[in-house]
Amino acid sequence: MERPIRVLVAKPGLDGHDRGAKVIARALRDAGMEVIYTGLQQTPQMIVEAALQEDVDCIGLSILSGAHMTLLPKITTMLRENDGADILVVAGGIISDEDAAILRNDHGIAGIFGPGSSTHAIIDFIREHVERSSVEG
Amino acid sequence: MELVAKARAGNRRALARLITLVEAGDAQAQTALAALYPYTGHAHIVGVTGAPGTGKSTLVTQMALHWRSLGRTVAVLAVDPTSPFSGGAILGDRIRMQALGGDSGCYIRSMASRGSLGGLSRATGDAVKALDAAGFDIVIVETVGAGQAEVEIAREAHTVVVVEVPGMGDDIQAIKAGILEIADVFVVNKADREGVERTVRQLQMMLHLGSGEHRDGWEPPIVQTVSNTGKNIAEAAAAVERHLAHLKSNNLLELRERERIEREWKVIMRETLLRQLLQRLEPHVHEQLLKQMSERQLDPYAAANQAIESVLEFPQSATPSGQS
Repeated sequence: MERPIRVLVAKPGLDGHDRGAKVIARALRDAGMEVIYTGLQQTPQMIVEAALQEDVDCIGLSILSGAHMTLLPKITTMLRENDGADILVVAGGIISDEDAAILRNDHGIAGIFGPGSSTHAIIDFIREHVERSSVEG
Repeated sequence: MELVAKARAGNRRALARLITLVEAGDAQAQTALAALYPYTGHAHIVGVTGAPGTGKSTLVTQMALHWRSLGRTVAVLAVDPTSPFSGGAILGDRIRMQALGGDSGCYIRSMASRGSLGGLSRATGDAVKALDAAGFDIVIVETVGAGQAEVEIAREAHTVVVVEVPGMGDDIQAIKAGILEIADVFVVNKADREGVERTVRQLQMMLHLGSGEHRDGWEPPIVQTVSNTGKNIAEAAAAVERHLAHLKSNNLLELRERERIEREWKVIMRETLLRQLLQRLEPHVHEQLLKQMSERQLDPYAAANQAIESVLEFPQSATPSGQS
């Protein structure tokens, strides 16, 4: 029996726009995933704690505030420190190509989706990249 | 199993994986359950149910904070519905539980109902066992926003809290069978709203319409709360604890546990038997019986008997005669 992919959708930082995050959450649900939605203004600590408690396969971060170069690396660092390095992290929002390259290459953000990305592309990316490792051990 | 030892030592990642494992319900899950079962039976399992929008998640958060302030550890299992079409789910109870974050004495887990009816998921009971074995003093199970018949929680919890709000339903709703009957504690939440006296009066009336005897000799108290402000949360939590004390002092806890275990055992036997039976049923017999039923040549009861007889070699008299 294949268990559904579990995804945490969270909004780090202080901007108050969560329409994008909700659209993504809904699209992932319709693709058969279990989406844990935590709402606005999450600190990196809150996001990492929720991801570990919920044993998610993937974290989807929506960030529009411009603080992505501070907040996103903090999240992946905390994940590594807490035995959560196997969790796939993707981000969406207003992120320049230069920043995206740095986040991808140096900070473990596997996928970055700018405005206009199709939900299909995001769903396919998650399906392709989550580690469906055995949970034993 | 190493995961169980780690989870019991307080490793939250191990506990999280353990729950994923038991939720999957496969052979690995059985190994895990076997390993953790000896450590279960210590937590107070509290069910919280009620219609959508009555404030269950906020009430759960406030009660958990209250118990944490008394030094007790609390786990929350929050069940939300799975989409019947895609199999996906949006689990949003954590949004209202943020006050519980950053506390190692508290653990929250969201669960999708994965096709089960009754307000819980098939694996809820097993996830409760994992949390119980991990050593939490109190395990709160918040059901899917329930209607009138989502009474499964009464079979899993020691104490059931039914949450109502002013202005829902009339007095006929209050005497129907179902969700109101399973309450050990009534919470009338949002009690700063108009109509709260009427709701409380209807509940009181319902409680006193019966024969005068309450189940287990316990009259469910009615507590008026305002979860948003924390008003009367301590009273609601105290009522939940009083109920457990009542069960304990009258040896009812032991009895309830015994009944719960027997029911669980029978459900597992039924599922296992059905699976094995379907595995052994010859495909052509399967097809033929289905066809005969569709053409109304055979009724489902007779077809069930034929299927069982074709697989099992037991005498007619040994086929089940009564429902459990």
